[in-house]
Amino acid sequence: MSESQSHSAAAGENPEGRKPGSQNLVSQRPESQKLEGWNRPARTEPEADGQLLEVSMGPHHPSTHGVFRMDVALDGERVIRLRPVFGYLHRNHEKLGEGQSYLSSMPYTDRLDYFCSLSNNWAYALAVEKLAGQQVPERAEYLRVILAELTRFQNHASSIGFLIQEMGASGTPLMYAFREREKILDLFEELTGARMMCNYMRFGGCRVDASPAWLEKARARVAALPGFVDEFERLLATNEILMARCQGVGILRPELAVNAGVTGPMLRASGVGYDIRKVDGYGIYNRFSFRVPLGEHGDVYDRFMVRLLEMRESVKILEQALKEIPAGPVMDPRLKLRNFRPKPGEAYGRIEAPKGELGFYLISDGGPNPYRYRVRPPSLINLTILEDMCLGHSVADVVLISGSVDIVLGEVDR
Amino acid sequence: MAVDEGLKTELGKQGVFVTTLEELYNWGRRSSLWPMQFGLACCAIEMIATTMARYDLARFGGEVFRPSPRQADLMIVSGTVTKKMAPAVVRLYNQMAEPRYVIAMGACAISGGPFKQGYNVLKGIDRYIPVDVCIPGCPPRPEALIHSFMTLQKKIDGQHLTGKGRPRHLDAGARGEFPVPVYGEHDLEPKSNPGVWNAPKVRR
Amino acid sequence: MKTVEQIKAAIEAAVAGAGVEVVPNPSPSGQHSLRIEPGRAVEVARFLRDDAELALDFLSNVTGVDWLDREIEETVTETRTVTRMVDGVEQAVEETVEETRQRIEPGFLEAVYHLYSVAKKHGPVVLRMRTVNRTDQVELPSLTPIWRSAEFQEREVFDLYGIIFTGHPDLRRLLMWPGFKDHPMRRDYVEPDDFEYEPTAHDRVLERALAHQAASEAASTAAGEKASEPAEAAEQQGTEADA
Repeated sequence: MSESQSHSAAAGENPEGRKPGSQNLVSQRPESQKLEGWNRPARTEPEADGQLLEVSMGPHHPSTHGVFRMDVALDGERVIRLRPVFGYLHRNHEKLGEGQSYLSSMPYTDRLDYFCSLSNNWAYALAVEKLAGQQVPERAEYLRVILAELTRFQNHASSIGFLIQEMGASGTPLMYAFREREKILDLFEELTGARMMCNYMRFGGCRVDASPAWLEKARARVAALPGFVDEFERLLATNEILMARCQGVGILRPELAVNAGVTGPMLRASGVGYDIRKVDGYGIYNRFSFRVPLGEHGDVYDRFMVRLLEMRESVKILEQALKEIPAGPVMDPRLKLRNFRPKPGEAYGRIEAPKGELGFYLISDGGPNPYRYRVRPPSLINLTILEDMCLGHSVADVVLISGSVDIVLGEVDR
Repeated sequence: MAVDEGLKTELGKQGVFVTTLEELYNWGRRSSLWPMQFGLACCAIEMIATTMARYDLARFGGEVFRPSPRQADLMIVSGTVTKKMAPAVVRLYNQMAEPRYVIAMGACAISGGPFKQGYNVLKGIDRYIPVDVCIPGCPPRPEALIHSFMTLQKKIDGQHLTGKGRPRHLDAGARGEFPVPVYGEHDLEPKSNPGVWNAPKVRR
Repeated sequence: MKTVEQIKAAIEAAVAGAGVEVVPNPSPSGQHSLRIEPGRAVEVARFLRDDAELALDFLSNVTGVDWLDREIEETVTETRTVTRMVDGVEQAVEETVEETRQRIEPGFLEAVYHLYSVAKKHGPVVLRMRTVNRTDQVELPSLTPIWRSAEFQEREVFDLYGIIFTGHPDLRRLLMWPGFKDHPMRRDYVEPDDFEYEPTAHDRVLERALAHQAASEAASTAAGEKASEPAEAAEQQGTEADA
């Protein structure tokens, strides 16, 4: 990766970004609260707590990616304590799942991570297929991969666009990203009927077959995507302001990342090579050759670059999948969808969603509704170490760091 | 009372433009609506897409999205309003200066939407604040949002400056501050604002 | 990776007194789980994380489940000694009786943990812990000191189910506001009545809406009577004045 440019001075300091000379008082806490030193936020506890400026960033804030609130305690501009507050978009998705049948929950999964509705659909379909032991025909698997990678592409582009908008670029990279997103949403609309809430995957396949005309259109669009990534990279990756603001900011160590359950591009930017597409090999991902980009430093710039490089890898997978897609049915004709009652038991199915590991845990009691329907939200769990990453940084950096985590509130709060 | 159309065109040919104060006032107000950058959930993404290059909302005057409620005219409630968020929404509405308008975008803002059976979902933002335009859809297409914008503009055009139907900011007796609900032990208190919303009758 | 039985054996070898039990999973997913006793759960968790072979350093998912009380009807054959009159003399006689009894098996709350290994790239290993009952004894040890990713997820389970995780550094509600009193994801939670309206209402929504309408009509007729009383009194005065 082209990281030979000089890092900002902040990286030369204490790598956690803490103010030099601050005391770590974790070891002096009473026994009942003592936890192992390295997996708790290393907060400093200044004596005069009343002199801290308490700022509530959110829930209505232009840069918090939705209704997300952070209670920040500042000493001047430096963050001393940060507490995220959730629940402003809690729409009790899990309770609804218990009250309706398995298939009725599929449109609700669209609204979890509302940028990537097709990935959510796939994760849920995968979990139910594991629960019921269903097989998926090959053409449907290829279609799922194509749609998931298109989703990943437009999600990463939009995420980079939002990150740079928060840096003050006032929407121009976001316009570029949304221009490509609109082209991809056109493809979705033609195939599934909706731009965003696609509701396309079913247990055992996909809802509707893709016509040869659609596949041609998809090939044409995918052929134009590398040019866009080149343009994006040329404009952004060596931009002075971006490098000065992003390098050395919000560093996440790999051991803490793994222990805190961080997944997705955030984990890979810290140098941990864990991509569920390679590890679990769900679907037919083991047929495609693609690389997994890893970062070195775990800062905001690494996350940005990992997402950019993952866009390139997505294009590679798309080219291969569009070339190899076989003919055939997209649903197993023997499967019945109505009155679908899987046998009692449970299953946990997970995929590599663009934000991280999206998992669904289902417990069936033999009835038409699940007994327990649980979503493992990558965005919420990636926020566990938000405080650790932000301590000692300034408020402007907090905005950047929370933007680089790439959260979607529909998923955090469900 | 508008100026006679024939007279307008005749004078216009001579290079003289006539209009009423009301038309001019409303034209200025409706062509420069400043929406508040207020997205809650999925509909917010369609709102952002509407402001982007393909469906450009700036053509209709909605160019400047202000994050601060003090500087905005229009609050597009896009997404599900949860009970935890409702006090913040009402407080933001109170902080907006008149003339202010509300567009309830999407099924969730109108009536709770697909998440209606929710212990944390407010079944429609019109329970606490007056809503001017509702857009159905989940999420409504960007074209639908533009249509709602135009509907609101027509509504503003039709507001008379004097008399009963005058806008609130010209009415000294109009209520400006709406009561903010507080978190109760099981639900918000009060459950709705009776001055703004009454439960419709169920006829079964 | 080891099978579930092998993992159970490894845990029992490493942590003395750990009560581990295999809970089979009848579905085709084959993800059997291990039920561990809350007493030694933290040591078991530490062993699972630090073991060289298992290296389960990644906690993926923490779920809460609510199992309600179950009514079980069973037929029990019982032999009892009863005093009976036999040939005019009271004697102790043995009697075999078959009776159908109904008993309530108490419900409990459960926390399910899904563990993976990033170092060895295997998984999942599913752990379960059960509380004693659903009402007052709802404590479980928190595994946040072992895996930091449990921090927010256990808070959410506390918020929505009411399981109290002892040893959690910051156990507050996550999704609902702090003054909220219920645990909404429990199976017996009843949603508050907030004037829900549906054009084609049915079941509980219809009942509640009709109740509200009746109450509001009664209130308006009472207000109407009060309003009409002074009018009637004025009428009477008028007629008296006439007469």
